[in-house]
Amino acid sequence: MRATTERLRTHPFLAGLDEESLERIATISTVVALDAKTWLFREGDPADRCWLIRSGRVNLDVHLPGRGEVIVESLGAGAVLGWSWLFPPYRWHFDAVVVEPTSAIEVDGIQLRALCQTDPKLGYRLGQMFTAVLIERLQATRLRLLDLYGPPR
Amino acid sequence: MTMTPARYLVVDRLAETADTVTLTLEPVDRPLPVFRPGQFAMLYAFGVGEVPISISGRSGAGGLIHTLRAVGAVTRALAAVQPGAIIGVRGPFGTPWDLPAPPGSEVALVAGGIGLAPLRPVIHHLIAHRRRYRRAVVLIGARTPDDLLYPDEFDTWRAGGVDVHVTVDRADAGWPDHVGVVTTLLDRCITNPGQVAAYLCGPEVMMRLTARALIDRGVAAAAIRVSLERNMRCGIGHCGHCQLGPLLLCRDGPVVGYPVAAPLLAVREL
Repeated sequence: MRATTERLRTHPFLAGLDEESLERIATISTVVALDAKTWLFREGDPADRCWLIRSGRVNLDVHLPGRGEVIVESLGAGAVLGWSWLFPPYRWHFDAVVVEPTSAIEVDGIQLRALCQTDPKLGYRLGQMFTAVLIERLQATRLRLLDLYGPPR
Repeated sequence: MTMTPARYLVVDRLAETADTVTLTLEPVDRPLPVFRPGQFAMLYAFGVGEVPISISGRSGAGGLIHTLRAVGAVTRALAAVQPGAIIGVRGPFGTPWDLPAPPGSEVALVAGGIGLAPLRPVIHHLIAHRRRYRRAVVLIGARTPDDLLYPDEFDTWRAGGVDVHVTVDRADAGWPDHVGVVTTLLDRCITNPGQVAAYLCGPEVMMRLTARALIDRGVAAAAIRVSLERNMRCGIGHCGHCQLGPLLLCRDGPVVGYPVAAPLLAVREL
């Protein structure tokens, strides 16, 4: 089902965008219902989409030889899944599996890149928005590296 | 009275995780005055030493429940005691959590690691007074699934009307809950920021970032309380070991309003 601007506006990631930009993104977006245990992508696959999660949960996993799948991070309602479509070499770095029935807005990454190139103002704005997500994830990763709940040293 | 330990009998010992145990204590003589959620006791392993441990529950009329992690000589000795042993207890000390919260509040507890233990009596309060509050949410962060405290109680808490969300820093596939820092769960617990009463307990960095994230979402700083920890010794504000700026945390804490705590937490080596 094609996403409407009203639906896009309700997602926190896009909440600050103007109507015209939302209309352009709506033309390359669909609302998807994802069943649990669905693999959205695998490490190394071409990255050509991103998802704005409305409800449910998706795990980013990595396969470790001898240990199996390890969960890197869970993404739930309000989160953005996928930014590898934005940067070369446009390949996924992890696996993504749906762990709870999930509703999301799926955006065509290749068309979104093209949109950013033809409309630099929108491209800059989206670049800022995705960078904010990246920074938030980086800070969260750094916190986990601190091993705050580990034994005192 | 507050400087002389009372004898308490260890009547139960439950291994929560590889390094954390819950002790249930009953008074041998007269019980100490009633502990309020958030307050702490000085637990004395005879011949080894004393440590401050918050209460994590009550048992019967005069019994105490403490959850402690074996990280030093005294806590290792206390964690090793078996039912039938006697330990010393002084208290109650310090400031309690602000309970009850205002009626109609959305009460949000955010716990990191062993920080769930001092919040457990607040969860018991929420269940006992659930109709007083609009929402009751507990967000729990732990290192791994094996490091979670009280996992067998989560369903009971949920049945009591408390919304329980769990996240861990690391997990293998098959872990059914969330993986990530506890702040990523905050959006689940805040629907009306102006109504939130937040209680935070965990590592200071976690509390600071959680408090900031709550404030970013519109929660008033004055509605946030944190439990701080320093080197408590005397328990009555005399020795000064637990000084944090103008506060003596054994007397003026451990529970402190975030507007008071925030500037102190920002000072290095304070």
